[in-house]
Amino acid sequence: MADTAVENGIRPGTVWRSAGPARRSTRTLRVRVSAALVALTVLAVVLVPPLVQLDQQAVDLAAKLQPPSWAHPFGTDDVGRDLLLRCVYGLRVSLLVGVAAALTATVVGTAVGATAGAVGGWVDRGIMRLVDTVSSVPHLLLGIFIVAMFRPGVWPVVVSVALTHWLSTARIVRAEVLSLRSRPYIDAAVSGGASRWRVAVRHLLPGVLPQAALAAVLMVPHAMWHESALSFLGLGLPTHTASLGTLIQTARGSLLAGQWWPTLFPGLFIIVPTLALAGLAGAWRERINPRRRSELML
Amino acid sequence: MLELRAITAGYDRHAPVVRNASLTLAPGEAVGLLGPSGCGKSTLARVAALLHRPDSGTLLLDGVPVRHWRHRAPRELRTAFGVVFQQPRLSADPRLRLTDLIAEPLRATGRRAEIPQRVAELATTVGLTPDLLGRQPHEVSDGQLQRACLARALVLRPRWLVCDEMTAMLDASTTAALVAVVEEYRATTGAGLLTVGHDRTLLHRWCDRTVPWEAVCGEEPVPAGS
Repeated sequence: MADTAVENGIRPGTVWRSAGPARRSTRTLRVRVSAALVALTVLAVVLVPPLVQLDQQAVDLAAKLQPPSWAHPFGTDDVGRDLLLRCVYGLRVSLLVGVAAALTATVVGTAVGATAGAVGGWVDRGIMRLVDTVSSVPHLLLGIFIVAMFRPGVWPVVVSVALTHWLSTARIVRAEVLSLRSRPYIDAAVSGGASRWRVAVRHLLPGVLPQAALAAVLMVPHAMWHESALSFLGLGLPTHTASLGTLIQTARGSLLAGQWWPTLFPGLFIIVPTLALAGLAGAWRERINPRRRSELML
Repeated sequence: MLELRAITAGYDRHAPVVRNASLTLAPGEAVGLLGPSGCGKSTLARVAALLHRPDSGTLLLDGVPVRHWRHRAPRELRTAFGVVFQQPRLSADPRLRLTDLIAEPLRATGRRAEIPQRVAELATTVGLTPDLLGRQPHEVSDGQLQRACLARALVLRPRWLVCDEMTAMLDASTTAALVAVVEEYRATTGAGLLTVGHDRTLLHRWCDRTVPWEAVCGEEPVPAGS
């Protein structure tokens, strides 16, 4: 009897076999939750403004700084505007800035990094010295310089964030291209008659896209924070435009007076969608860049 | 006729991996190059397959020196060689299904029309089932992947085959199967073979002649038939 129990309890391979499904289920749970949250975010941002015919700018000084209630689930701000509505509109602007800036930065970074890595030689050296030069300037300072050349608005912020954030992507993509370039499968492609262009487009670029996409998604929250920093300095978005950054900045004063809701809710609106996006990005990377399970288990 | 004359090659001009190596392959001849690991035989194989520009020395294809190297030799010359590497896992693009892997050289050279027929034909030759053809490299074993890599090397009907430790990662039965495929291809097309390895027994039985690394890298070119 005892023998059977031991046999059932710790049979070699049991742990190994059960590890697979367990990993898969947590992974799909993570993916499902992330996907649901991202979908919710997108729906809120796309559907709420046209469906809810309420003015997010409506000032009601009699109802200023009210804590969360049924009438105002997120409370009201210092001039009595509904914070739930402001948060949704703010998320809209911040997401637009974040996604546009991250996409632009990634496209520029990937193009530059892939060119440097694939062409090599003096082109590579020249490009990477340029990258080093731009990196040596503090990027917030450079961003301020760029945004100051334009009138306040959404697009100057996008350009400013994009032009200061393509450097890391360029480095990542170049390193990845260099490592892929020496793989035998590139030799095999070349031997099969592939031109330089074909090798780059068919084998190198798809190889670096997961990394670039991941960098892009992870850059979205960073870009959102940059937007808020620039807005705080009075160079980004004008204060009447609700963005998560401007909302948190205007709420600073009330936080010290004990009113937590004008800071907490916009804060959650930054954290939750960005974490969900990162979760999806991770799952996507695993899918596009499949490794054998045995390699992952090592 | 493939002649390598006084080839010096490597990845750093000041520290070449291969020094003054010479080797001649007669048309249709199978030559086995034997050497310990790390001696530079893989680099010489890459040079012979026109995938790596030698620092000095000449490579003659049917008596004509190969010119217009950039990093690699011109496409028309490269495609005369089919190459199989040691590690199938690294020599297959992880994103391509096996059928695309085999068809890739046909796509790269603009011969898409031949793809269905040629892939089906080669899959049978190397022993891959249609089910396996639809899978990605991480879904098949090393042996199955190496079969696909051999099919890819044969798809353009090369006049020369270069096998760099092709069977080092494989079990005995897969090794025998792949050697048989290569020999069958050579028997029907008269292609030459340069195979590189450290398995003396295998190369002795497989090739018309084997050459030890020391003989290739000697001061004097190795006379044919030694």
